[in-house]
Amino acid sequence: MSAKYLKIFRTGLKNFLLNEPRGSCRHFHLTSLSQASNVMCRDALNSALDEELERDERVCIIGEEVGQYQGAYKVTRGLYEKYGSRRIVDTPISEMGFTGLAVGAAFNGLRPICEFMTFNFAMQAIDQIINSAAKTHYMCGGQIKVPIVFRGPNGAAAAVAAQHSQCYAAWYGAVPGLKVVAPYDAEDCRGLLKSAIRDDNPVVVLENEIMYGKAFDLSDEVLSKDFLIPIGKAKIMREGNHLTMVSFSKLVGFCLQVADKLASEGIECEVINLRSIRPMDRGTIIRSVKKTHRLVTVEEGFPFFGVGSEIAASIFESDAFDYLDAPMQRVTGADVPMPYAENIEALAKPSIEDITKACRMVLEGAIPKEKAKAA
Amino acid sequence: MGCPWLVFSNRLVRTTFHLKRGLSQAVKSDQASTTTEAPHVSSGGSSLHPQEIPKDAVKFPLKPFATHLIETPEPVAYATKEQLLAYHRTMTVMRRSEISADLLYKAQLVRGFCHLYDGQEATAVGIESAITFQDALITAYRNHCQQLGRGDTPFTVLSELLGRYTGCSKGKGGSMHLYKAENKYFGGNGIVGAQVPLGTGLAFAEQYFKTGNIAVTMYGDGAANQGQVAEAMNMAALWKLPCVYVCENNKYGMGTSTDRASANTNFYTRGDVIPGIRVDGMDVLSVREGMKLAAEYARSGKGPIVLESVTYRYHGHSMSDPGLSYRSREEITEMRKRADPIELVKSRILEQGWSTEKELKAIEKEIRQQVDEMTEKAKQASLPPLEELYRDIYVEGIQHVRGTLVNNGLGNYLA
Repeated sequence: MSAKYLKIFRTGLKNFLLNEPRGSCRHFHLTSLSQASNVMCRDALNSALDEELERDERVCIIGEEVGQYQGAYKVTRGLYEKYGSRRIVDTPISEMGFTGLAVGAAFNGLRPICEFMTFNFAMQAIDQIINSAAKTHYMCGGQIKVPIVFRGPNGAAAAVAAQHSQCYAAWYGAVPGLKVVAPYDAEDCRGLLKSAIRDDNPVVVLENEIMYGKAFDLSDEVLSKDFLIPIGKAKIMREGNHLTMVSFSKLVGFCLQVADKLASEGIECEVINLRSIRPMDRGTIIRSVKKTHRLVTVEEGFPFFGVGSEIAASIFESDAFDYLDAPMQRVTGADVPMPYAENIEALAKPSIEDITKACRMVLEGAIPKEKAKAA
Repeated sequence: MGCPWLVFSNRLVRTTFHLKRGLSQAVKSDQASTTTEAPHVSSGGSSLHPQEIPKDAVKFPLKPFATHLIETPEPVAYATKEQLLAYHRTMTVMRRSEISADLLYKAQLVRGFCHLYDGQEATAVGIESAITFQDALITAYRNHCQQLGRGDTPFTVLSELLGRYTGCSKGKGGSMHLYKAENKYFGGNGIVGAQVPLGTGLAFAEQYFKTGNIAVTMYGDGAANQGQVAEAMNMAALWKLPCVYVCENNKYGMGTSTDRASANTNFYTRGDVIPGIRVDGMDVLSVREGMKLAAEYARSGKGPIVLESVTYRYHGHSMSDPGLSYRSREEITEMRKRADPIELVKSRILEQGWSTEKELKAIEKEIRQQVDEMTEKAKQASLPPLEELYRDIYVEGIQHVRGTLVNNGLGNYLA
């Protein structure tokens, strides 16, 4: 009986401590990174935000529920209590308004981090992102800098249906003047977000809701306050000679699983984690394709005019074209609005089986003597 | 506090000195402008604070103000000879620049869009006379005169319209994208209404840093119906941002009159819980007094305020609009005759005996010559170097940019 009441008391105390406004009690961090090296992506993002807020007074966070609610996905947990309402700004539901406000603040000396609850809602504000943020530095001949970060979850979650599931990597990736990054693991989350915040240009950070809860071991170097990942460089997660897989965000993990499976058959895949959609590290992809002669791209967004389309074009435009032993395969979301029912929802998103099949298609396209070499 | 008018007259001396320096430099300067001296005309006193009225100021009656949620000020302005002459000069520079732009466009030397401000000069000058270059300013695309008011020269403005490297945006922006960041002028924005949340953000930054500065956010009667305006005003009111929203009501949003676009045409009330004041936008003193009240309100921490300036544009919406399909030629002629802002200031100067018709004409002729010289010089200026295509995409520059072909851009984007 006392154990039950103790549990109720502990939950109540935790809620009290989390919800009390700044100044009324001591600051309370649920996850102290210095003690943990197995870190969830949401906490990796949280620590990056915390460190950058501490480092530079001009950094602030603007968005819906970022403050008192602790963040719709808890990415900004604890920051309101630590930094107060001047720096963690809860907005009304006014995407176009608060995005423009954040961009104007960036014109005038602040370094805002504008959070979208999901990037689906950023469509309300896309004019401010593209026409006000991305293009201003160019249009004014370099007089004005726009050091702003637009961040939030992107792409499909689970069972949230058509209006809440779109991937915007291709749309933002097309725009000169923007930088676009897509972290996969906790290390990416820390390094890319910190780089984005310190970057003097507008940077779109496409996070992933499913990955928020996934944990990864982090080294001391990744946990250090000045750990930065350069924007524009991809990471080779796994080296291999037989096939190149290129992906970003959550599906990098799927690619690694497929690579492990194929390794048991003697097929060694090179898995490239793009990390940056724009600038895209075409050089790393091209060098890899020249080595492996086979390419599979993997993304969750709509198939047409997508990231895979762009990578295909880059291969054909480069001398990597002559090194292909088979046509490239794209694995993408299906060309349908995301359905709700579980069985057809699964068919709309790329699966491990899909990626494996794509790899086999590319390998089968190889001429017989190449196949013998691969074994 | 000491003898107020003695303190004040020192300020007047300093003001006059800056005026003269600024104006002469503004009109005569022919360099790509980095000058911070500008035709910056200080108001030197307010009808709201009688003890600050200059000794030689004269009381001018104004058309009555209309207000919303705020006490209506007395419709008077105290102005000196120096101030009125400065306003006349600045407005004439603006008028001549717009006339030059019109001719350059008709000669097909200015391309694309060109939205002219002639008729509305009193609004730009009246606003500047009540604020400083520490206060931020932003507006939409009808912005040549705001660029001039913020300290730039007709040479640089016309260069930009002509797409020359001597333009304020190095020729990369054009008519709609003029900026003077060093004097806190943030454009020059092409998307109707987008500048309103941006301006609200400028104010947010001023509040964040506790500067005591305000942000003046200008928009038109057409833009007033943009949803993002309501969003921005809501946040400004909620957080008491030091923002003055200036609605330039020139009666037409492109070709649509206000009564065909707005269910509520009292734009000074459209801020809902935000107070507002309506001024006569053809009278530089009315704009100035309204702006002084608004600036003081916003600066004091009470929050945002709306200022509606009822004005008129002689040209159509842009150079491709003759401006006659939705209004009559008689209406335009009538406004020119009855309400021209430059004529109004001149008649006040002449009534007070502060100058003569002949002297004022000489000033106007001098300005016309100077603007014409700057126009010729701008026409001779060179286009941007080809490398400029790839500059200013990112702050740190970029080594590889795809051109129209795989191999005609900058560097090698496939590397």
